[in-house]
Amino acid sequence: MSDNTAQSTHTIQLTLKPGQHDGDGQRVAEAAARHLGLRTGRVRSAALYTVRYPLSETQLRDFATRCLADPVLHEVRLNELSGADGYATYILEARRPGVTDDEGTSAQNALADLLNEPLDVHTQHIFSKKLYLLENDLPADDLRRIAEELLGNKLINWLEVGRVADGIRDYTPRPGGGAEAITEVVSLTGLSDAELLQLSKENIYALNLEEMRAVRDYFAAPETQEERKAAALPADPTDCELEIIAQTWSEHCKHKEFAAIINYKDTETGEEKQIDSLFKTYIKNATSEVDRKLRANGNDWLIKVFSDNAGAVRINPDSLFVWKVETHNSPSAIDPYGGAITGILGNNRDPLATGIGGARLLFNTNVLCFGNPQYDGPLLTGQLHPRRILEGVRKGIEDGGNKSGVPTVNGAIVFDDRYAGKPLVYCGTGAVMPMQFAGKDSWEKIIDAGDRIIMAGGRVGKDGIHGATFSSIELDETAPATAVQIGSPITQKLAMDFLLLAARRGLLKCSTDNGAGGLSSSVGELAGISGGAVVELERVPLKYPGLRPWEIFVSESQERFTLVVEPGKMADLLALGQEMEVELTDIGYFTADGFLDVRFDGAPVARLNMEFLHEGVPRKILEAEWTKPAAAEPEIPAATDYTPTLGQLLGSLNICSRESVIRQYDHEVKGRTIVKPLMGATGQAPQDAAVVRFNFESWEGVAVSNGILPRYGDLDAYHMSAGSFDEAVRQIIAVGGKLPNLTPGDGIFWSVNDNFCVPDSVYDATTNSDGKQKLAKLVRMCEALRDATAAYCIPLTSGKDSMKNDFKADGVKISVPPTVLYSMTAKMEDVRRAITSDFKQADDVVYLLGETYDELGGSEYYALHGQLGANVPKVDFEKAKALYTLVGQANDQHLIQSCHDLSDGGLAVALAECTFGYDCGASIELPATGLPLPVQLFSESHSRFLATVAPEDVVAFEQLLGQRATRLGLVTKEARLLVRHAGSTVISADAATLRSIWSNGPVNQLLGVGEVAHLNHPPAV
Amino acid sequence: MAQDDNPSAQNTLEMVQEAQEAAHKVQSEAQTQAGGASAAVRALILTGFGINCEEEFAAAYRLAGAEPTIVHLNQVLHGQVSIHDFDVLNFPGGFSFGDDLGSGVVLANKLRYRQTGANGRTLLDDIRQFIADGKFVLGICNGFQVLVKLGLLPNLGGNVTPEVTLTHNASGRYEDRWVTLRVNPNTTTPFLTGIDTLEVPVRHGEGRLVIPDAALQQRIEASGLNCLSYLDANGDGTHVYPFNPNGAALNCAGLTDPTGQVFGLMPHPEAFLSAYNHPDWARRRRQNPHAGEEGEGLRIFKNIVAHIAHARSAATPAAELATQK
Repeated sequence: MSDNTAQSTHTIQLTLKPGQHDGDGQRVAEAAARHLGLRTGRVRSAALYTVRYPLSETQLRDFATRCLADPVLHEVRLNELSGADGYATYILEARRPGVTDDEGTSAQNALADLLNEPLDVHTQHIFSKKLYLLENDLPADDLRRIAEELLGNKLINWLEVGRVADGIRDYTPRPGGGAEAITEVVSLTGLSDAELLQLSKENIYALNLEEMRAVRDYFAAPETQEERKAAALPADPTDCELEIIAQTWSEHCKHKEFAAIINYKDTETGEEKQIDSLFKTYIKNATSEVDRKLRANGNDWLIKVFSDNAGAVRINPDSLFVWKVETHNSPSAIDPYGGAITGILGNNRDPLATGIGGARLLFNTNVLCFGNPQYDGPLLTGQLHPRRILEGVRKGIEDGGNKSGVPTVNGAIVFDDRYAGKPLVYCGTGAVMPMQFAGKDSWEKIIDAGDRIIMAGGRVGKDGIHGATFSSIELDETAPATAVQIGSPITQKLAMDFLLLAARRGLLKCSTDNGAGGLSSSVGELAGISGGAVVELERVPLKYPGLRPWEIFVSESQERFTLVVEPGKMADLLALGQEMEVELTDIGYFTADGFLDVRFDGAPVARLNMEFLHEGVPRKILEAEWTKPAAAEPEIPAATDYTPTLGQLLGSLNICSRESVIRQYDHEVKGRTIVKPLMGATGQAPQDAAVVRFNFESWEGVAVSNGILPRYGDLDAYHMSAGSFDEAVRQIIAVGGKLPNLTPGDGIFWSVNDNFCVPDSVYDATTNSDGKQKLAKLVRMCEALRDATAAYCIPLTSGKDSMKNDFKADGVKISVPPTVLYSMTAKMEDVRRAITSDFKQADDVVYLLGETYDELGGSEYYALHGQLGANVPKVDFEKAKALYTLVGQANDQHLIQSCHDLSDGGLAVALAECTFGYDCGASIELPATGLPLPVQLFSESHSRFLATVAPEDVVAFEQLLGQRATRLGLVTKEARLLVRHAGSTVISADAATLRSIWSNGPVNQLLGVGEVAHLNHPPAV
Repeated sequence: MAQDDNPSAQNTLEMVQEAQEAAHKVQSEAQTQAGGASAAVRALILTGFGINCEEEFAAAYRLAGAEPTIVHLNQVLHGQVSIHDFDVLNFPGGFSFGDDLGSGVVLANKLRYRQTGANGRTLLDDIRQFIADGKFVLGICNGFQVLVKLGLLPNLGGNVTPEVTLTHNASGRYEDRWVTLRVNPNTTTPFLTGIDTLEVPVRHGEGRLVIPDAALQQRIEASGLNCLSYLDANGDGTHVYPFNPNGAALNCAGLTDPTGQVFGLMPHPEAFLSAYNHPDWARRRRQNPHAGEEGEGLRIFKNIVAHIAHARSAATPAAELATQK
């Protein structure tokens, strides 16, 4: 890969001046010692830029010293790649061909400004790299470990290592090969079943035998043959046609298992039933039923559900709230940073491109499931260490959110060893859209024949080819590198700014996102509205030459939108794009002839019947069989002092503070976040839900929560799902939200996304022998969802399912536990009435709201003892709804000073957390309920709160709540948590000590924050 | 939001301005007309290329009684908008050009080198003229980084050459946390009039001020250009993390130029416009239920708007003053 155009290729190297702190280098040295046990000695970092653009010596020097180098920090070297005295070895980290290089692009922008030349910034002229010099003479194998396990990812980066004395090897990518615009024909005629399956596997079509047969039969049909002849297409399908079908029919896009017919059997009761689509039965119909009840009561805020990129509900007569949560699991398993950043940016595009498009993003959320980051055993081939996945995903979420100017207001991290193969990365985005754009209803997607198809944003490369089909199969060690993309937040920010304005000027008819399946999905779906489309692929701008037509059509290159524009508005739209530096390309038009027609330079590449494409996929018939797992309650010896247990719980992986993660996300850009993840004078009191106001002119806002409890699924998937739903609801009630539909026309919207992530649940006697039980779990999760929506009258508005969360390598399969996340949002009429979790003032009275049961099954307390137990917490929806209604009324009367929902670790952990905001204490006397002490302290029974009430409000509060409130004690000035039971002290701990244990738990330790507790502001006096 | 299809949205000045803001603008114009057309203080807020705090910046000026206008930087570079029609020029926070090459670097480079008119004139030339005219420049976070990389801060030499820099936090990480600042009593900038201490969030990864030599540091201190410093819990200046969240020299959170007209800071006063932005708002309101609902950050904007309005009224003939009452 040496350059042969020496005059036009230059290298610029920036190193820190002596005495300047080299944080990057220091971190590499520390991480190598800590995680790999390698002693590097000092590490010195340098930035490298290779410039492939004709520059004179003066121009090069000016560019390097004026644009790239910081005069205070850097020394500049031109056209030499040299080490430094005292450094024996090096690692050079470049990017592979075609991998997003935002730094190179920005350097190009700077060069164009310096030269005042119109440099084409869409072609890559500048390549950024990093060079690390290491003091110690480490062997090449060790250098490679540092390079591959700490610095880069082999799929993304080109990594060179060696001794400085042998010369530093450089690498500059030359993307693209010499491939021509070739379309091949693939004959399916006469293929045996085995050959059809082989073809599907080799090409990553991810289609099963029945689906492959349906494709074969479609092409063999006489009417298809006639149409193809007339349109000058070959009799056999083209590669592009098979790719389009594979993308469109992928599990990722079509949700075939949620649409399947399921034969369900309960071995305990003997009950058998057939379910005609989980989606229809438990999600769509449940929401229709909720909507009927809402409308009957004058609440008509449910505007758009399930039919667009995101769900939309009405905030007030002027605006809509748009809400979408997605997962990006498979990409995050193989490249955690790239997977997570494309996850969050991709999810941003859903609300951005709902209806006409141009919603204004309000906030992001994320829920992450990882294996134990402290794992120290061997890894499977292709498996990344859980710590590395955690760090990469966290960084991806940081860059994706922060660089887009969208606050990350809410999130959760769940640890379970079964996520060590495939992590779960849920990304959510809320947005606000005016009800109308230029007189048109903003949520509608209307397309007529003749409307132009415009691709906006980034260019197309080979990145992300087969993302949709790849995520629809289990992951193994042969995962294709092209399935990985790296998001470019700056490219998307420009496109987003453009979209906002184009919509407001009435230039867009509608828009959609280019995500999974790329243009084939976005145009394919939109064409369903008008009844067809013609796409001219030669017009699509490419990052580099050498893509085949089918690759252009299915590439998932990021930051792209497909816009629908009336021909008369093209000139204005193109002018705006030019002004805002967003590339717009007219790539075809919509038709009404019933065909998706794809061409390259006039030659036919694909022509598919729209009805076959969208409706032709054969329905799956699946088997589910529920057997209740055998479970028993453990015998754990009673203790007299539970203080050490509380400490262990606070320091445990699933309960400890996530501050080091939270603080690296911007949770208050836009200036509208009212309840942040951590609050109080200390900034360390964890909150149940976020509260964000919509704008600066009103106090209306939205509460945001998430419910996820995978470990309960080991006992009963129904109760796991019901509990997760209740958890998200009660978190919103805790911060001062109200249930919907309690009064006619109250307009309190709720908008919920359901996200199922399950292991392969299709039974196969040899490869997936417990598939029936897994599918039965999914059925039970869905049943609970239906019951919960009906009980609370809370609608689902959008969602997603991810069905193949298994990692297979070296003959081992790691499967995630069946997991469901409920991401909830609810309108807050006045954000100033929000309630935070932390105790506010001494002498406030502490109450437990709701009922505690002997439900330690699946609890963190049992987990501490290595037990699962049997008594899984169950939701009593009726009682819960009654309590939530009363809590809402108490808040209307300003009776509640603090409120925290009880979850992981039960009452004891909640009590401790409530003292974290201001270092007050509490004096608690547990009532004589007849329940064993550990149950009272640690049961995770649902639908409960810990609330405080000012002394003057106690009478009114007790009158309102009645038996549902149990008085526990008082908030104390002395910063000590004191819990008594039956006359003896069962917990006694200094509040600061408890906070310190929680703050210095494994998550903050791992991410290198160290002693956090004393690093924070003590309370103001 | 009902104003979204307002024909004025076609006005290039409102390139990315939310219609509700436009609606407020109409309202504030109506108010200013009652008090004399020249009374509104006009704030120009730049956006585009990854800047992302323009909305709260505009809200701050609106709440301070000024008339904010958000424009895409290209509208200024292409001559559709002149900064000289405004009283205060604002560089909001964000990630201009993704913070690639160092925060603020590429944007500063564009202002310095991109020719906007004949004779090689650049926007930096206009900004220098703007300052020479006695007008004001404010940069927050990424905007502060731009002003530093441009050499507009601290600009002791007066020739707009970078003298100091802002670089990666000592912790090596981006952080969002609240800090307490003290205003240097020696500062002359009208942005900080009457403020002693201030609580604000920091949200940055590259906020560590580096001053290359002791002599320069002395001159900065002697002139009181280090107008804001990070405080610990006892109210003392501190190097200690996280009170000083980035390890800045002089515990410095903000700088002015010698005229006091150019002011930049790392923390985000525009993120504390309402009392309910503070992490401890709930307890504070319990203790003091009748406290105002304004956030402390708004004071900076009120200060500069009042200063400009006052300076203008001082220069206004008495007759016009009389009609304003």
